[in-house]
Amino acid sequence: MYLLNVLLAMAIFLMPLAQFAEPSKVWASTEVVQFSDPSLRERYYQLVQELRCPKCQNQNLADSNAPISKDMKAQIHSMLEAQNTDDQIKQHLVSRYSEFILYRPEVNTNTGFLWLAPLCFVLFGAVIIWRYAFSGRRVKADTTELTDKQQQQLSELLGEDDQ
Amino acid sequence: MNRIALFVPLMVFAILSLFLLKGLDRDPTELPSALVGEPFPSFILPSLANDQELLSERDLDSQVVLVNVWATWCFACRIEHPMLNQLAAEGIAIIGLNYKDQDQQAIQWLKQKGNPYLFNIVDAQGSLGFDLGVTGAPETYLVDAQGIIRYRRVGVVDQRVWDDEMSSLYQQLVGEME
Repeated sequence: MYLLNVLLAMAIFLMPLAQFAEPSKVWASTEVVQFSDPSLRERYYQLVQELRCPKCQNQNLADSNAPISKDMKAQIHSMLEAQNTDDQIKQHLVSRYSEFILYRPEVNTNTGFLWLAPLCFVLFGAVIIWRYAFSGRRVKADTTELTDKQQQQLSELLGEDDQ
Repeated sequence: MNRIALFVPLMVFAILSLFLLKGLDRDPTELPSALVGEPFPSFILPSLANDQELLSERDLDSQVVLVNVWATWCFACRIEHPMLNQLAAEGIAIIGLNYKDQDQQAIQWLKQKGNPYLFNIVDAQGSLGFDLGVTGAPETYLVDAQGIIRYRRVGVVDQRVWDDEMSSLYQQLVGEME
């Protein structure tokens, strides 16, 4: 019984990882889309997962049944068939629906802080740790030896505790 | 030096609080429009009143207009309609974009509820809506006399929205023409 619980807990914790392994199958399993070339299918699933529905916010296009995301998926489909690159398709949609629809925003002056912030936090943490370690050494260097009398007092105090 | 360092967590907390406090006032459904400041997209689509007549972006030129995206299936458009009638009565030029709708139902709607539109563009497939970045109906765009989109409203235009956000911009754009 205990083993079963552990396995169950592990399965629950590992479930989110499944989407990294096989992303398209997790989110867009119900969709049936025909392509002239199978390689387009991979790119299609990649795009509909990375692009966000402007109407039903916090859903990607793959997940959303809103009319607008159906239109957008149809547009992506036809642009893929027309030999457009992924960047051209994204640009086409961003020029109409703004950068909001990119779940992975581009690096520009607006999003620069967003991209750089984690690096800043890591550096900040490193500085803190470095300073902490440095000041720790300094405290050690400042330590003075106990005099014989103090050492004797210390032993007495510790001795009392033992009894 | 050390005393100042003690206040660093407080300062970080204060900055974060201000940042989050500002976020509380923001409506997450209000998206930045990609088309504000851009020319109205080009199109060739039939008119609702006469499907033999083709309309294009040239028909919006040389006056300040509201372009209102609507449909008979859109419930909020029912609520918005009296306001559009009122604005039209005040002499404001409104052009309808009948979005993914049935022509006969749309014509019936205008007969019943009054017609505030100078003319209606029939966008049965939603292709012009797509180029405009429309996410649903109703939506309203303010287009200046040069055909540049200056403002976008997602959702119903009511008296409060008109007074607070649109009226002064409309007057300013009309003023720019003269």
